[in-house]
Amino acid sequence: MLATVLARLMQMAFVMFGISVLVFLIFFATPGSDPAARIAGRNAAPETVEQIRHEFGFDRALPVQYGLMMKRLFITRDLTSFVNRGQKVIPQVLDAVPATLSLVAGAAVLWVLGSLFVGVVAAAMRDTVVDRGLMILSLIGISMPVFWLGEVMNLMSQSRFHDTWLFSWVPGLGYVPLSESLGGWFKALVIPWITLAVLYIGIYGRILRANLIEAYSEDYIRTARAKGLSPTRIMLRHALRTSLLPFVTMFGLDFGALVGGAALLTEVVFGLNGVGRLTFHALQNLDLPVILATVIYASFFVVAANALVDVLYAVIDPRVRK
Amino acid sequence: MTLLAVENLRVSFASEGGPVTAVHDVSFSVNAGEVLGIVGESGSGKTLSLLSVLGLVDKRVTTVTGRAVFRGRSLLDLPDREMRKIRGRDIALISQDPMTALTPVHTVGAQIVEQIRAHEPVSRAAARARAVELLRDVRIPAPEKALDRYPHELSGGMRQRAVIAMALSCNPALVVADEPTTALDTTVQAQVLDLLPLRQSHGSSVVLITHDMGVVAEMADRVAVMYAGRVVETGPVADVFNDPWHPYTGGLLASIPPLTGARQGRLYSIPGMPPAPGTKLPGCAYVARCPAAMAICHTPPPEQMDGAHRSLCFLDAGQRVAARQKVGAPA
Repeated sequence: MLATVLARLMQMAFVMFGISVLVFLIFFATPGSDPAARIAGRNAAPETVEQIRHEFGFDRALPVQYGLMMKRLFITRDLTSFVNRGQKVIPQVLDAVPATLSLVAGAAVLWVLGSLFVGVVAAAMRDTVVDRGLMILSLIGISMPVFWLGEVMNLMSQSRFHDTWLFSWVPGLGYVPLSESLGGWFKALVIPWITLAVLYIGIYGRILRANLIEAYSEDYIRTARAKGLSPTRIMLRHALRTSLLPFVTMFGLDFGALVGGAALLTEVVFGLNGVGRLTFHALQNLDLPVILATVIYASFFVVAANALVDVLYAVIDPRVRK
Repeated sequence: MTLLAVENLRVSFASEGGPVTAVHDVSFSVNAGEVLGIVGESGSGKTLSLLSVLGLVDKRVTTVTGRAVFRGRSLLDLPDREMRKIRGRDIALISQDPMTALTPVHTVGAQIVEQIRAHEPVSRAAARARAVELLRDVRIPAPEKALDRYPHELSGGMRQRAVIAMALSCNPALVVADEPTTALDTTVQAQVLDLLPLRQSHGSSVVLITHDMGVVAEMADRVAVMYAGRVVETGPVADVFNDPWHPYTGGLLASIPPLTGARQGRLYSIPGMPPAPGTKLPGCAYVARCPAAMAICHTPPPEQMDGAHRSLCFLDAGQRVAARQKVGAPA
């Protein structure tokens, strides 16, 4: 078991190395563009460009450039952004992580619980009004763009109904660090959590229902029924366990991507200074060092989430264990 | 004493072209301590009849009518909650394909323990101890270890033994074995069939669903032959094998290669195909394939009866012998 985990960690490290090389090559070795000029930003003085060229080692061989870049990213952590006048990149990213992690983790709890409920109830009450109702609600949830839903939520909770009993507790937009106040953190994030989770509850709920219904046509479900087990036990112990694999796969991919910055729209709508927002602004300003840092950071989460999914596979399905 | 009596069982499915009746007025009974063989080719409704009796068909698309009385209780009228208490405890099912019959994510032991504890208020440890005994009874080597194995870690024969052990775990009065050997190697088949006499120590009756006349001859006390959703002939095994009344039974018997006597030129096979489900036939469903078909066969056949031996056919004793000689069946 330990050997498997170690091997998996090695693989992870290797994949991340590959990603960092690729990202580096795309940013700094694309033919026909001068990376020094791009880092300096628009309308930079020729002296600045020259200084950057020397500082980043763009006048040296590519492997050296890569080594220098990685050293500045991970070891000395003093990669600076020229667009924002010498602001250090790594602290910027690290500052943005708690907001994004809080947002995505909270939403993930909601969407896992919500979609388990939707999928299991819909499959158990298949072809009834409840099933159809839940499926229609899921479809509506999938169809609503997250930025639109977020704005509507804001409109209701911040303005139209803010003075009613329903939304008077909602604080202004923005992130409240967990270390500052637990209650404040929770209040600031509840509505963003719901907004981000709605889409995923819809998708995961529908897919889980389909997988459960497929599982119900399997022989082992008939065996379980022939054993005289209760419907609840058949659903939870026999059908759900075997239907969770696709669910877990998707969860790993989505969670990794969201933590890596895909929650951008939610962050922007609710004024949360997260990684997505940081990347978004960096892209607008062509702030290359920040983009480089966030992309590498995002890839780390996608790779880590997938490794976690592999471990979960082995927990859920003994056939995967070797 | 009759343990299970099924009368006029009729099963139909909702389909796009209206309801399709797959089982027509099937009646049979199982006595205590007896093995009833139900034979017929694929799609003849033998499995469906038993699953309907057990309430294991999809209720949303299936309509089941008729009566099924088990120990004085009408199974088809029981609420789900009561039916669950009977399934697994009084009536157990051994299904056809051991590869898919066990939930892949739980150990064999967990699945046996689960069934015991669903019906009896025993501790986990006691249930586990009984599971070890059951696995030993079905001759699984190192039962303590096998208990913690997952289904995919066992061979097909071992899995089927585990399924049998699970079915016997609550000492059921009736075991429904649905083609228990079809998916197994020939050598393993015999070993698994040898386990079914375990019923004697467990005191169970067995309904053995099969398409193998040899298995019926070996195992069963009585036999019911099904064709196109109807029981066309039923009776004690010796009577039916020595004197098959229905030409379909004769055809099935003629399809078995004889082990003694002169070698035949070509083994008999029944010509044609069974009618598609949903085909409405006024008379006998076998008429298109029957070597002894007559004009009258297009009207509903009468039930002939001699003691426990019954058949749905127009042929009289003399005509039967002639029909059997046509197909080279033992006369």
